[in-house]
Amino acid sequence: MDFVVNTLTLTVRFAVTLMIASMGEMFNQKAGIFNLGCEGIMSVGAFLGMLIPFSMVGAGQAPGYVNILGLILGTVCGALLGLIFGIIVITFRAPQGIAGIGMQMFGVGLAGTFFRSFIGGTQSITGISSMEIPLLSKIPVIGKILFTHNPLVYFAYLLVPVAWYVIFKTPWGLKVRAVGTHPRAADSLGINVTKIRYQSLAVGGAMAGFAGAFLTLCQAKMFNAEIIGGRGFIAVALVYFGQWHPIKIFLGALLFTFAQTLQTQIQIFVPQFQAYEFLTMLPYILVIVVLAFNRKSNRLGPAALGKPFNREMRV
Amino acid sequence: MNNYKLIYKVSVVVVAVLIALMVGAFIIIAVGGDVFNTYWIIISMPFKSMRSFSEVLIRMIPLLIIALGIAVSSRSGIINIGAEGQMYMGIIAATAIATNCQGLPKILVVPLCIIAGGIAGGLFGFIPGWLKAKLEVSELLSTVMLNYVAAQFFSFCIRVPLLDPAEKSGTPMSRRVAENATLSRLFRGMSLHQGIFLAIILVVVIYILLFKTTWGYKMRAAGASERAARYGGINVSKYLIISMVISGACAGMAGAVELMGVQGRAVEQMTGGYGFSGVVVALFGALHPLWIVPASFFFGILLYSQVNLQILTSVPPNLVKALQGLIILIIVAVQMVISNPYSMERFRKRFFAKRGKTKKKEA
Repeated sequence: MDFVVNTLTLTVRFAVTLMIASMGEMFNQKAGIFNLGCEGIMSVGAFLGMLIPFSMVGAGQAPGYVNILGLILGTVCGALLGLIFGIIVITFRAPQGIAGIGMQMFGVGLAGTFFRSFIGGTQSITGISSMEIPLLSKIPVIGKILFTHNPLVYFAYLLVPVAWYVIFKTPWGLKVRAVGTHPRAADSLGINVTKIRYQSLAVGGAMAGFAGAFLTLCQAKMFNAEIIGGRGFIAVALVYFGQWHPIKIFLGALLFTFAQTLQTQIQIFVPQFQAYEFLTMLPYILVIVVLAFNRKSNRLGPAALGKPFNREMRV
Repeated sequence: MNNYKLIYKVSVVVVAVLIALMVGAFIIIAVGGDVFNTYWIIISMPFKSMRSFSEVLIRMIPLLIIALGIAVSSRSGIINIGAEGQMYMGIIAATAIATNCQGLPKILVVPLCIIAGGIAGGLFGFIPGWLKAKLEVSELLSTVMLNYVAAQFFSFCIRVPLLDPAEKSGTPMSRRVAENATLSRLFRGMSLHQGIFLAIILVVVIYILLFKTTWGYKMRAAGASERAARYGGINVSKYLIISMVISGACAGMAGAVELMGVQGRAVEQMTGGYGFSGVVVALFGALHPLWIVPASFFFGILLYSQVNLQILTSVPPNLVKALQGLIILIIVAVQMVISNPYSMERFRKRFFAKRGKTKKKEA
């Protein structure tokens, strides 16, 4: 019982990282930009989320505003990196897959460089600790699973319906979808394709940065150069898995985090199981299998995904 | 007459290099390092002595082999960023053979290990190729995921089946490969090993494959325009898979060479980022086997500088990874600017406007 409750509680808490990152990636892809650099942006966000609390109070309990400051800085720098990626793939119209790999290496390298020079080695922080919501957390089982998290978790879950509303119900969301589906038609109706794409990259980058900062502040509570460990790539894959729909992406994030948490929990609860590497592989194999059996979903995606738009080009 | 084109291209490249150096300088200043000293260490240290020069060369060998494979796959229209995982698989296969072949002659064991590494890497490259050709799975995602799978499998292998029984400290590592399975060093006191011959042979082989054979022609056609190639009767998915297998085999062989020539045993983190650096090298060498040779030398220098930076400066070696990412970003942007006829025309009008007018009068 402990095993089940623990696994589910951690799944609810840790799903936030993947969820926010892939929600941001969805904004990018809806506008037609395939941002493989998500991993790098998350890495920088994760580093900044650690840097502010660590440099101000060290390993001790940081007051709330310090953690929030780290979170905000991570988000802002994520948005900036998104814009830099925009310069490469929107203004220069570079191939997005390769540029994304460049962005990933740049982000991970940058975070590693600053980490080594400002923090040195692996250090842990207290981060944002979880709190129990009065009354609700006293409900047996469900109370522990759903109502023992920090406020940030609830805020993050709130972002799912918000993202859905923004992308499907607001004029800006309509423009984003138009730009990702048929940029030329959107252009002829007076939508500034370049501007909308830059905006969506800033939003996506901000969310990736937020996800990274959340990872260090609430989940890992430490930082090292490899901390993201492929979560950025899984976030990109989740967008395919969720067929570019916020609610489905949300469910996908829960599923994958469940797979990841399950394997760590098995390692803790069943220590006699020796070949734990095979459990660690599980989420990654799951991604491949899901993508392989989901081939139809490729056609549901934004029609202009990955295609640079050039206004001057003859059709 | 046409020299404005050349001037345009050269000035674009110069501006790009300046931007890369400037961003790098900003990072170095931010971590409190000395910019010129850092750059000077990166460039000058390899040429200090023959020994450090050979250190560059042994880093160049796996880079070159991997980049050749990536060039093949990229020319066929599939980007292989799974070289890291394919290299791990190659190391596992080569280690399994190299540590279990006592008593056999060297001339037999060394090629056997390299071939085993190539086969293991090729099989691991087959998976994303097949997934892309048959099930339309994006190779960018599948190869990255397979990297993590391979890394886990590798650490399992060196922790359990291939573990060195004599190792008591608990560090997972394989047994040292026997003398009959090592690539001997070429010069006394220098780390340069025979693997460089394999790299040179592969340059020639890949060049011939890409530009002088029907296979290579069909691969390049499939990469240039999939629809046109299909219309021309080329079985695109078949060549996609073949190119991925070749690419994986190259990475696997690079792993075997790294095992037998440098490390001598399989240890943790053995690929050391060669897989991703290989992508940068292939791009930097314009996906051409002959240009990849100087490109891999340049990145050998860069990777070797990680060691020197750690010893001689306060700049963390992770800087090199950030620089590599920066170089990719700048290369892809520069390629687009250079091949853009519109901006070239604008450049001509801006700086060569007079010549254009006189031309018109003559006409």
